Amino acid sequence: MNVSLFLWVPLATALLLLLIRNIHLVRVVALIGSVIQAFLCIFLYFMYLKERARIGDAFMYFEQQFNWFPSLGISYHVGVDGISIAMMLLTSFVVIAGVLMSWRVEKMTREFFFLLILLSLGAYGFFLSLDLFLLFFFLEVAVIPKYLLIGIWGSGNRKYSANKLALMLMMGSALILVGILGLYFLSGKPGFDITQLKATDVPEKVQQVCFPLLFIGFGVFTALFPFHTWVPDGHSSAPTAGSMFLAGISMKLGGYGCLRVACFLLPAGAKAFAEPIIILSTIAIIYGAFATMMQKDLKYLNAYSSISHCGFVLLGLGMLTQTAYTGAVLQMVSHGLMTALFFAVIGMIYERTHTRTISEMGGLLKVMPMASVLLIIVGMCSLGLPGLSGFVAEMTIFTGAWQNNTILPRVATVLACMSIVVTAVYILRAVGSVVMGPLKEKYQSLTDMVWYEKWAAFVLLLGILIMGVAPGWLVALIKPATQLIMQKIQQP
Amino acid sequence: MMTLQQMILLIPGIPLFAFLMLGLFSKKIPGNYAATAGTILMGVTTVLSCFVAFGYFTAFGKIDGIYQPMIPFLYHWLPLTDLLEINMGILLDPISALMLFVVSFISLMVHIYSMAYMKDESRIAVYYAFLSLFTFAMLGLVMASNIFQLYIFWELVGLSSFLLIGFYYQKPAAVRAAKKAFIVTRFADLGMLIGILIISYEGKSLDFISLIDHFTNSPQQISGTFLGIASLQWALALIFIGGAGKSALFPLHIWLPDAMEGPTPVSALIHAATMVVAGVFLIARLFPVYAIAAPVLLEGIGYVGALTALFAAIIACTQTDIKRILAYSTMSQIGYMILALGVAGYGAESGLGFTASLFHLFTHALFKALLFLCAGAIIHYVHSNEMRDMGGLKKLMPITHLCFLIGCLAIAGIPPFAGFFSKEEMLFAAYQHNRIIYFVSLFTAGLTAFYMFRLYFSIFWNKPFQQHHSHHGEGGPAMMLPLIVLGIGSVSAGFIPFGKWVSSDGRPLISHFHLSFSILPVLLSLAGIAIAAFYFFKKKETVETTVNAMGGLFRVAKGKFYIDEIYQFVTKKIIFNFIAKPAAWIDKNLIDGLVNAMGNSTVSLSNHIKGIQSGKIQMYAGIFLIGVIGLAILAIYYWN
Amino acid sequence: MTLEPGLYHLLTISTGLFFIGVYGFLTRKNLVTMLMSIELILNSVNLNFIAFNKYLWPHRLDGVFFTLFVIAIAAAEAAVAISIVINIYRNNRSINVEQTEEMKY
Repeated sequence: MNVSLFLWVPLATALLLLLIRNIHLVRVVALIGSVIQAFLCIFLYFMYLKERARIGDAFMYFEQQFNWFPSLGISYHVGVDGISIAMMLLTSFVVIAGVLMSWRVEKMTREFFFLLILLSLGAYGFFLSLDLFLLFFFLEVAVIPKYLLIGIWGSGNRKYSANKLALMLMMGSALILVGILGLYFLSGKPGFDITQLKATDVPEKVQQVCFPLLFIGFGVFTALFPFHTWVPDGHSSAPTAGSMFLAGISMKLGGYGCLRVACFLLPAGAKAFAEPIIILSTIAIIYGAFATMMQKDLKYLNAYSSISHCGFVLLGLGMLTQTAYTGAVLQMVSHGLMTALFFAVIGMIYERTHTRTISEMGGLLKVMPMASVLLIIVGMCSLGLPGLSGFVAEMTIFTGAWQNNTILPRVATVLACMSIVVTAVYILRAVGSVVMGPLKEKYQSLTDMVWYEKWAAFVLLLGILIMGVAPGWLVALIKPATQLIMQKIQQP
Repeated sequence: MMTLQQMILLIPGIPLFAFLMLGLFSKKIPGNYAATAGTILMGVTTVLSCFVAFGYFTAFGKIDGIYQPMIPFLYHWLPLTDLLEINMGILLDPISALMLFVVSFISLMVHIYSMAYMKDESRIAVYYAFLSLFTFAMLGLVMASNIFQLYIFWELVGLSSFLLIGFYYQKPAAVRAAKKAFIVTRFADLGMLIGILIISYEGKSLDFISLIDHFTNSPQQISGTFLGIASLQWALALIFIGGAGKSALFPLHIWLPDAMEGPTPVSALIHAATMVVAGVFLIARLFPVYAIAAPVLLEGIGYVGALTALFAAIIACTQTDIKRILAYSTMSQIGYMILALGVAGYGAESGLGFTASLFHLFTHALFKALLFLCAGAIIHYVHSNEMRDMGGLKKLMPITHLCFLIGCLAIAGIPPFAGFFSKEEMLFAAYQHNRIIYFVSLFTAGLTAFYMFRLYFSIFWNKPFQQHHSHHGEGGPAMMLPLIVLGIGSVSAGFIPFGKWVSSDGRPLISHFHLSFSILPVLLSLAGIAIAAFYFFKKKETVETTVNAMGGLFRVAKGKFYIDEIYQFVTKKIIFNFIAKPAAWIDKNLIDGLVNAMGNSTVSLSNHIKGIQSGKIQMYAGIFLIGVIGLAILAIYYWN
Repeated sequence: MTLEPGLYHLLTISTGLFFIGVYGFLTRKNLVTMLMSIELILNSVNLNFIAFNKYLWPHRLDGVFFTLFVIAIAAAEAAVAISIVINIYRNNRSINVEQTEEMKY
């Protein structure tokens, strides 16, 4: 299968959007483009299974390579493995839901959808890249639209948030760039190609320097403590689809980068810095959860809980066991779906009540039963209820983490487990006061979800349920890839 | 004819189907159809469960006279590591067969009862969907073959409990109670989760059968220790905490009395008969491990049970809300079951406590469900939970009165009612094993009789009840049928030869009846009843003088020993003010402040140097010139 | 000793020309005069090109070519600059350089 198709389809969609004048047609084209992309992703999954059955274990499948700047060793090199397919499936689900949730964007509609599709293009490219330069290129493609989405269509203190987000992510990018260049010049064999770099033994000293650069750089994207403060402001100022993309896709770029670039290419660094990673991610988990308890705004609540949940991804990476790595990928997928749905529901509620303050709402179950049930479900997913995706991911991480038989990981795991209680507290407080309780007079006449909101929620909910009820196929997809990564890390 | 596997899959499958159908189409299905459909589906499940349970006990369960655990179904759900894997399996052994029967039977009774009790409710389809969800989860829990599977259903049970307590979601008290129940049990589940992690790491498996094999055959192999105590002990203690949370053992009991905010049939099903005994079931499930690898811990568990039994009974004596009294009595009875497990050993005669505990679980499910359903009927009629609003209902509700009396006699342990037999066995096991626990439980038996009959007398006797309703006292046949069935069960269940079926090691246990031994507890119970009657039929002043004489003790007991307030203090004051608030503050001011400070310092720096960009072309040119000359000089002097 | 003009003479002249231009550019307030100063600077550069070409690489024509280039570009530059100046005059009613500082920070 030609994986470049995953770049052509969003690119074509984006360009087509710029040419269309009719606003309604813009929405339809964006939706069709994202649906085609989603079907392609599903198709890719089955093609992958077939290819895997045919050629057995391989590092990458469906590789493509063209020289780009041969003198610098930069090439257009793409390919997929289980992890990238999982991430692409997540992206395609979130994109469809995001496009649907933006159905009623009135201001500069064409540009809005263009940016959404451009962002997804960056994400797809990032997950496909096997060349560090290309990877960095697509990372930047995914960052810029975020700035505009928040700056133009945002709410509240949007200029501040957009600046903060863009600057902090740029700082992350700068660190990544330095790390990549360090790897390029000092690895002994100049080149940006991941497949080549994986075979070279990078000198230990280089790893000691490049690993923290790369890990912190990508970590900024995935809310590594203490570089997380862009998350609450950015998410809460962004338009609904922007928040969904931000939490559902962008934060996953960081986790994927940490896994694919930092830990995989620099195994000695990963081992040397395992303890700081564990400590920082545990702080993020606990502290994020407690900070969430004090939030009064629904979007802030979900943003802070994202910090806590993304901490699990990094915790898994710090544990250096295969199960924990698998769990980290699962958590990325799960959190992407869950948090996108959470933001979608918050968007729906905000659209009707015109407030996001938790204490001002109440009893919405009566007037908006569907949205309220969704809020309950997504809250339950967030607190790790079995049958929904969060449970599968968290339990895989916990079990994987427990296999690391030393004292610090054990303590960290116990602390991380504790956060699920705190999560239960803040989720139930929010759900209890938004959905339950007596209905306020001014909300008597609210209406329930409309068709595009229903479909958006349906797509994400479907993902959450499939992952929560039948996680076996997803684990089977991810496991061979994490196994290869683990083998590389555990080499003496 | 269905195979066993198909049949056993249908048992949790049908409630799940009912939940999905009723939940998804709750708006479309008219309420009474939903109720009927839910009840019929539950009936089918019950028939299948009974068939499987009795089949297991009488036909296919035994090999060489010993009940064998069997796994008729196994699905590999989620592989974790090379050794550990979450399987969705079904484990049949005496305790799961017993629980299968108890859960589905009580659930059916509650389904039938609710058809009448909830008929005016507009969200009846949702209610039945939740009931089905609960039944599904509970059946999955009792048949779980894998400890993680048990945890999964454990959480689902917690969810359905949350949903059903909060069924009247517009009532703030109900919402509070639901949240409290969920959070407290979740806190306990944290212990269980960590325990599972430890036990799976040490036991290299998650399946019950291989776990139990591993730990009972080679308990000395466990290497890890923490703070000088073997990790297995930690694991078992932590798992017990999980069980204690669900079973409302002291000090994790605070959610149970509040949970009575839910509809009364729900209290009967979840918070009296089935879910709250999950902790007992959990210990019973892992009983060989507890008994062989951690006998000291098991003894400690017994003390926790005894303490809970006594503690709850004392509080029950002072409460005035009928459902809360029943809730505290549930707590107390669960304490009994736990203490009986604590005084049991593995195998043969020493396993009497185990058998007794599960026997009591079985009889308690019957008579406590009966009591709650009676209470429901009374509340339905009186429209109040308070004891003082009742009285003299004997004439108005004769069937309910009779059933309630049966329930009270059963719980008080008066022969020949069901509770007598199970309680006698438990006391005997305690007597043989641990005298302290025995005396505590003996005293509690007397207290139980006292507070139950205090309740009974004040509901049904004495002052004539002012009738403010035109309709007669009793509910319809749908409400009476479960009462009668459960009443018959509470009278006769004691005669079941329980030890032959359920024992700690699968071998039949012949329990002897000790007439001389059982005289003392029965006398104590009778004394309790007599005291209750004395206080009730005497003048009010007598009660008041006694209360005054008790003074502080009474007030403390009425205040439920202020455990709630302690929790409130810890959570609201300490955790909120000293952890959550600082965390939010640090984030807003320290970390975010740092980020903003970086931004602001950049801005102020550029403010300072922006003067250079004056817009005066000639100044630019001059600077440019100076620069060029400077560079030229540098180039000339430092080129080489 | 005949006064044969050599490279140094030409360079001296062009340096003088250059600094006259620079001085004019930096001190004159009239935009047109400043443009004229720029022409002086350019021409001093042209003179350098020619001189180097003649005395150092007499066989090649690069210096001449460059001079032609510079003259052409100077013409274009003058055209653009004058039109800018005219526009400034239209806006400001003055071609005083001190009044054209809208482009500051």
